[in-house]
Amino acid sequence: MSEVNTKKLLTDPLDDNNPITVQVLGVCSALAVSGSLKNALVMAVAVTFVTAFSNLTISLLRNYIPSRIRMIVQLVVIAFLVTLVSISLKAFLFDLSKELSVYVGLIITNCIIMGRLEAFAIGNKPVDSFLDGVGNGIGYGLILVIVGFIRELFGTGALLGFTFFGEEARHGIEFLKHGFFNDFFHNGLMVLPISSIFILGILIWIQRSRNAELIDIS
Amino acid sequence: MSDLINIFVKAAFVENMVLIYFLGMCSYLAVSKTIKTAVGLGAAVIFVLAITAPVNWIIRETLLVEGALSWISPALADQSFEFLGLIIYIGVIAAMVQLVEMVIEKFSPALYMSLGIFLPLITVNCAILGGTLFMIAKEYSLAESTVFGIGSGFGFFLAIVALAAIREKIKYSAVPAPLRGLGMAFIITGLMGLAFMGLMGIKL
Repeated sequence: MSEVNTKKLLTDPLDDNNPITVQVLGVCSALAVSGSLKNALVMAVAVTFVTAFSNLTISLLRNYIPSRIRMIVQLVVIAFLVTLVSISLKAFLFDLSKELSVYVGLIITNCIIMGRLEAFAIGNKPVDSFLDGVGNGIGYGLILVIVGFIRELFGTGALLGFTFFGEEARHGIEFLKHGFFNDFFHNGLMVLPISSIFILGILIWIQRSRNAELIDIS
Repeated sequence: MSDLINIFVKAAFVENMVLIYFLGMCSYLAVSKTIKTAVGLGAAVIFVLAITAPVNWIIRETLLVEGALSWISPALADQSFEFLGLIIYIGVIAAMVQLVEMVIEKFSPALYMSLGIFLPLITVNCAILGGTLFMIAKEYSLAESTVFGIGSGFGFFLAIVALAAIREKIKYSAVPAPLRGLGMAFIITGLMGLAFMGLMGIKL
């Protein structure tokens, strides 16, 4: 396999073949956990881990799985990996795992994972599949982080605990005391999950304006 | 009885799976191109949710919670198997979806063809597993979780049929080209979600 192809596996899902905005996979969790940048980052890492290793496992097993029961085999592999993630989150980041609540369990039903298994890992070599999993996980994480960034910044006026807008935003930094930074008040809508739908819609709009090939004809 | 009606209304409208919690979005966005397929998928989801919620409840109560297996040996009295929950719930759901697939294939081959890949993908429809996980989180009884399952399935049905109807009409409008299809579906969903948020204050 050539060098170019390996790179494509990793970079394609970031833009032209993004799992969320182009393949329409894994939308639910993208909407629900993008309320703060920290949650988005943790979720991105967790999903990248699960996609990469489930792709690798299924690809290694692909010649031994009878096609009629492959769904169940895939689900068992995914469920095993998600249980690992869920238990380690509880052990090391308990507060965060409370906040993410059912959404960690719902990684199992994140269509990105199943979708990539069906579309790629079932017919490709282990190394390629692993890279495809990593690429798609990062592509998913990228959208999640963009949405999380916008929502947390404009919804609460802070980012990872550092306040930018309003009265509290002093920190002794001169430019935060003036103009837009001083006048802007939190946008309550941004805190609600509903805002991420609009943000995603706009992201899709921007992406398709840049790349006319992605436009829906129907 | 009025309790159960409350749970149904709450699951279908006030806590709508799709428009409030945004679960099951993938098939919701992908299958909502025509009303006909949307009705078919909606009905299948109601059926699967109505069965998996109570079945998973029974499995959890009799096998998984702490001390549930103490009749085998006293040593198991303080043993909990909840960590196996996810794997078992998803297994039950996969089996149910397989059943629905066979029924639809037998009785309505046309619908079977039009649903295509999204029929087996009900297995990974987050709304279904979400139904089970929410039911556990809310500590419902058996009757309550059955009604909750039917209610949230009905909510999904309502949302997907409404979106399909709007999308069928919006084809004739002058939407900017890059926004057509998926982009517009997102924005319509957002507006529908805003409307449903108006129900949020209702205490039942």
